[in-house]
Amino acid sequence: MIQKSVQKNVVISIRNLNKKFGNHQVLEGFNLDLYEDESLVIMGKSGTGKSVMLKCLIGLERFDQGSISVMGRNMEKLSSEDLSYIRSEVGFLFQGSALYDSMTVRENLEFPLRRHKIKFGHIKNTTPLIQEALESVGLQHTLDLMPDELSGGMKRRVALARTLILRPKIILYDEPTTGLDPITSKEIVFLIKSVQQKFQTSSIIITHDVDSARHLADRMILLINGKNYAEGTFDELDHSDDPRIMAFFKS
Amino acid sequence: MNYDKRSLLSGIKAFIAETGDMAYFAGRFFREVFKRPFEFKEFLRQCYNIGNRSFLLVGITGFIIGLVFTLQSRPKMVELGADAWIPSMIALAIIREIGPLFTALISAGRIGSAIGAELGSMRVTEQIDAMEVSGTNPFKYLVVTRILASTLMIPVLVILSNFLALYGSFLVEYLKGEVSFRFYFDEVFRAVKYTDLIPSTIKTFFFGFAIGLVGCYNGYYCKHGTAGVGIAANTAVVKTSLMLFIIDFVVALITDILFLS
Repeated sequence: MIQKSVQKNVVISIRNLNKKFGNHQVLEGFNLDLYEDESLVIMGKSGTGKSVMLKCLIGLERFDQGSISVMGRNMEKLSSEDLSYIRSEVGFLFQGSALYDSMTVRENLEFPLRRHKIKFGHIKNTTPLIQEALESVGLQHTLDLMPDELSGGMKRRVALARTLILRPKIILYDEPTTGLDPITSKEIVFLIKSVQQKFQTSSIIITHDVDSARHLADRMILLINGKNYAEGTFDELDHSDDPRIMAFFKS
Repeated sequence: MNYDKRSLLSGIKAFIAETGDMAYFAGRFFREVFKRPFEFKEFLRQCYNIGNRSFLLVGITGFIIGLVFTLQSRPKMVELGADAWIPSMIALAIIREIGPLFTALISAGRIGSAIGAELGSMRVTEQIDAMEVSGTNPFKYLVVTRILASTLMIPVLVILSNFLALYGSFLVEYLKGEVSFRFYFDEVFRAVKYTDLIPSTIKTFFFGFAIGLVGCYNGYYCKHGTAGVGIAANTAVVKTSLMLFIIDFVVALITDILFLS
């Protein structure tokens, strides 16, 4: 699987990433390469800097040292227009869905579409695009509902539709199944899988859930204390005899 | 003793640091307010929210203040034979001090806490981050529009409150002293001068700015999850109330130097 990935283009490259909050070193020399159409799962205990790394990647958090390159562009040297363009090409599914409470589902989906003018220009009729995005997550009937009228799983689906509406080339998933029951988690995992196949997106998925990782990962990185501890396919890591990796997978 | 000194010093340090942060936040507001794109639709929505949320509360409290103030001061004024001075005395007190300050304090509780809680909950649920990823400057969309709306709507609420307070006062005078509407408001307009109106009106813009600024600051930098949202809302009210009295004091001082001395 890795051999296959190596032949493809690198779409995200992180080198020697360091990030500190006060005296707490969250990321220490973290490295990552994401290849085109690849699904990379990052696992690690809570507080090991996984979400911080994703936020650094999309420019929501500043990093102290290192370099991040997204689609060949250095994230540190981007103008605000270029950053906006990168953000329209890199979707982000937030941990708690992050739907705007005061807006309906339609308005939630319309918001990024109207805002990313560099990519989409001024769209007069957004309804077909919104409907298409909602259909792809199986929630076309929720168009005029408010977020508080949706279940946890439905919120996650709407958030995924809001990400998909921008037609991103890369999607970053921050713990997409956290807080969901096992059945809904499974549905979300299969939805992510079908989205990857349908839209040919590259993905970075952060998860604690070994079962989700098994289904989603082309390749995995295990993060311990902010550093790359191990890397390989799911099976390679699952069969590792390293006690720290074993403890993680068997738990 | 050492512990007391240390905690006092750290308290002073934290106060200075927060004052600096808030000044920077205010500076960012002034930098962003004139930059395109203008979030006009969101600004109008905030104006409507602030006006709609508060006009009934502000109106009722204004009316009651005028009523109670006149009821309580009337007997003494009648005893001194100064009942003809009641409209002008009440008008000056309401327009110069009571109307703006009470309206601002009520608005701090209503609007300031609502802004703090709303932005705080958006921060902890990552909605602000989602907005940024969606190609929007959240500071402009959320903060600039709210501070601007609050700065412009508080003066409108103060005018409404002042009018209803004077109407409440007139009702007491009408029922107890059989004073006509025309006589009462003739006396009011005779007593109130531009030197009373201008400083008190300017003051209300500063009040509105303070309410929006402190509410937004506390909400925008909210920490510690959902518990932090409550703290943000509560802190917004406490800090704004203190700030309103400081602004009131400074404006009174300047007015005294410029117009009254």
